[in-house]
Amino acid sequence: MNWLDTIVQGVLLGGLYALFAAGLSLVFGIMRLVNLAHGDLIVLAAYLILVIVSVLGISPFLAVTIALPLMFASGYVLQRVVLNRVLGEDILPPLLVTFGISVVLQNTMQEAFSADTRRLPPGDIGTASLQVAGLNIGVMPLLTFASAVLVIVVLNQIFYRTALGRAFRATSDDATTASLMGIRPSRIFAQATGIALMIVTIAALYLGMRANFDPSIGPARLIYAFEAVIIGGLGSLWGTLAGGVIIGVAQTVGAAINPEWQILAGHVAFLLVLLVKPRGLFPRAVD
Amino acid sequence: MALLSTHGLTARYGQFQALFGVDIELGEGECVAIIGANGAGKTTLMRSISGVLRNAPASVRLRGEEIGALPADEVMKRGISMVPEGRRLFPSLTVEENLLIGGQVRKGSGYWTLERIYALFPILAERRRNAGTALSGGQQQMVAIGRALMANPDVLLCDEISLGLAPVVIKDIYKAVPLIRESGASMIVVEQDIGQALKVADRVYCMMEGRVTLSGRPEELTREAIHAAYFGVQHA
Amino acid sequence: MTMHAIRAYTVETRTRASTIALVVAVLIIAVAIVLPAFASRRLVQELFFILTMLTLAQFWNLLAGYGGLVSIGQQAFVGIGAYALFGSVILGAVDPLTAILIGGVAALVLAVPFAFFAFRLNGAYFAIGTWVLAEVVRLSVAQWRAVGGGTGTSLPREATDAIPFVGAIATLFDVRDPAARDILAYWLALALAVAAIGGIYWLLRTKRGLALAAIRDNSEAARSVGVDAAPIKWFVFLAAAFGTGLTGALIYLQKARISPDAAFSVNDWTAYVIFIVVIGGIGTIEGPIIGVIVFFLLQSMLAQYGTWYLIALGTIGIVVMLFAPRGIWGLISDRTGLQLFPIRRRLVVGDAFKQQSASREE
Repeated sequence: MNWLDTIVQGVLLGGLYALFAAGLSLVFGIMRLVNLAHGDLIVLAAYLILVIVSVLGISPFLAVTIALPLMFASGYVLQRVVLNRVLGEDILPPLLVTFGISVVLQNTMQEAFSADTRRLPPGDIGTASLQVAGLNIGVMPLLTFASAVLVIVVLNQIFYRTALGRAFRATSDDATTASLMGIRPSRIFAQATGIALMIVTIAALYLGMRANFDPSIGPARLIYAFEAVIIGGLGSLWGTLAGGVIIGVAQTVGAAINPEWQILAGHVAFLLVLLVKPRGLFPRAVD
Repeated sequence: MALLSTHGLTARYGQFQALFGVDIELGEGECVAIIGANGAGKTTLMRSISGVLRNAPASVRLRGEEIGALPADEVMKRGISMVPEGRRLFPSLTVEENLLIGGQVRKGSGYWTLERIYALFPILAERRRNAGTALSGGQQQMVAIGRALMANPDVLLCDEISLGLAPVVIKDIYKAVPLIRESGASMIVVEQDIGQALKVADRVYCMMEGRVTLSGRPEELTREAIHAAYFGVQHA
Repeated sequence: MTMHAIRAYTVETRTRASTIALVVAVLIIAVAIVLPAFASRRLVQELFFILTMLTLAQFWNLLAGYGGLVSIGQQAFVGIGAYALFGSVILGAVDPLTAILIGGVAALVLAVPFAFFAFRLNGAYFAIGTWVLAEVVRLSVAQWRAVGGGTGTSLPREATDAIPFVGAIATLFDVRDPAARDILAYWLALALAVAAIGGIYWLLRTKRGLALAAIRDNSEAARSVGVDAAPIKWFVFLAAAFGTGLTGALIYLQKARISPDAAFSVNDWTAYVIFIVVIGGIGTIEGPIIGVIVFFLLQSMLAQYGTWYLIALGTIGIVVMLFAPRGIWGLISDRTGLQLFPIRRRLVVGDAFKQQSASREE
């Protein structure tokens, strides 16, 4: 067994987990909302891409460009119509409502698409690989990781270089004072959830091309995303990538030792970080 | 017609009624001061005008338009900006970002730009990259005023801008008032410091327990009348 | 006069409705005990299911509704209780009734490290954290080969045959052994549900319960008057784990067949329970009782539609949370002022004082 190979695979897998986590982190950072349906929304986006692919007969990479605005719109509407109503001091309503959405989404998808496993057709790229320093690196995992880095770079640019990002940060700090600046917090929250669902769509593209999916796998994706966010430290997107990488490496190393230990090893890594650094590896100074 | 006026404005927090039918007016180009003790309802009045607290539509009018029921962002877009009590800078934003966000939604086509704010408060230019909350109280107050001015408002509401600041600093900040008025903004200034209020305002309203108890031009008001209106005690 | 004034005030929690409720409850319990004498086996099984769900709901409500601890990981305690029962029966040849207790104790023991990790996370993150921990437990138990690993196992015939009292019940009601086992399980579920409701009601009326309410309503203010949240949260979490573990063990004694995916199912043991509590009314003892009835009615009507049933349940849960966050019982008690399990203390002016003040007024 090649340990270097295992670790490289784990790092690249971490890119996928960072993609799962970035949207969760964004929404939590801006409105302190933990969306328990996050994982199911990833699966929903994967089915959306699948439908576009099969109806139009185009590649998933093209289909995603159609899915992105649709998912943005769904996120916007979800936030405006449902989630904005439950934001507040009490953490129970948002948790219970998003948990309800999770259950409804899972079962609706099962009704619509059956419990059969599906896959997005990756084309030639799915099996292509590169030889680097004696390692065999799949193009798809590499592309996933590069997309994760790109998503984080773009998000940071939006956050720190644009008026929208300024409005995000201001509203997150103090929604009432933000409204005195002419900003409508409910719209800002809706835009944030819209963007989060665009990231979810990108995550879904790679989830669906790399492995089989079915309506029931959402909660596990939520859990990986959550672990990556906590390991990285709340509010730090690069920390989230690091968190994803840690989970990914733990999983591939665990699987290399015993295939049944893959998922468990990821969770154990999370618990170890929680034990040693409860605020994560890269906590934000102000919180 | 007054630029801004309130008509029988009432406000309550749950069971507690904070305002009982307040009528005030602000003329074009005017600077009006609102004085009163703690709990008199001054800040509640500012929050009601700015839309943070919602009211009956007709209870607040801007150039005759009923704006009492509008949310704060809509009120702001119509040209009323507020310097809130306690300054309320955004901790995640730098000084410059705090200023920019003030003019992000409504720029207006007026006098105020980032450069002119920096000219008004030069210290802010030096500290533009700092976190807003890393500044001294007086500097933070300058940022809060600059942030509100960036929208080039027709009406600027200033809530307790001298609270907790040293006298020298207060003087510095009030030096800006004439320039703000020249730029075309009418002002409502909430002050606990009666002397300061009388100095800067064209007219004064005094509030007590949610009601206007006295109003008039500074030169018309006697010390005794203000005392009575302010504390509710008759002095011999 | 002074003497009178002192006696004149009493602090009461009892209301007339609660007194009537107590009488009705005693009657219902009495009927429930003798019910197997004339009920069908199917009805006994359905009531067993309702009672166990009610118990799980009461404990989840204690956690989330009273303790502010929104756990999505209670399936860990159902599963570990059930697996402890299977393990001790299969490997230790313990008699199944004693093994139920072992199930509760196992859940209690698991709850200590579980809470240690989960309490490092706040609020919403606590919720997902408990879910992760439950997954860890499920994946670990799936490695336990002696009880079937990932595929699970069944209780051996010798063990189910050896359950105490089953023979006596079979003779008493003139039924076969499997039906007698169902009756015994039903009685145990009834006892557990009554004990859970009674115990939680008692807890909420003690000083500790008051402190719990204070923390839930305003943790800052509670801290300022010297209420320390940490020990109470620990106590509530451990108590809920113990009760949930007992229930899990009992459920799987009746099922007699176990697998990690079923015993640690987030849908069966936590999602349903959350919906029961939310729909009925979170933060009240009455709520889960009403919720479980609604849940059962929905299930009898919609169960054959499979996924549609869960879609309906989830949608009702969302709608209730959005438009009636205090649930069905909240709507009822708002309209009627009814309180069957009053916890709030009321100052009652005694008769002597009333007469005095009345005479003074004249």
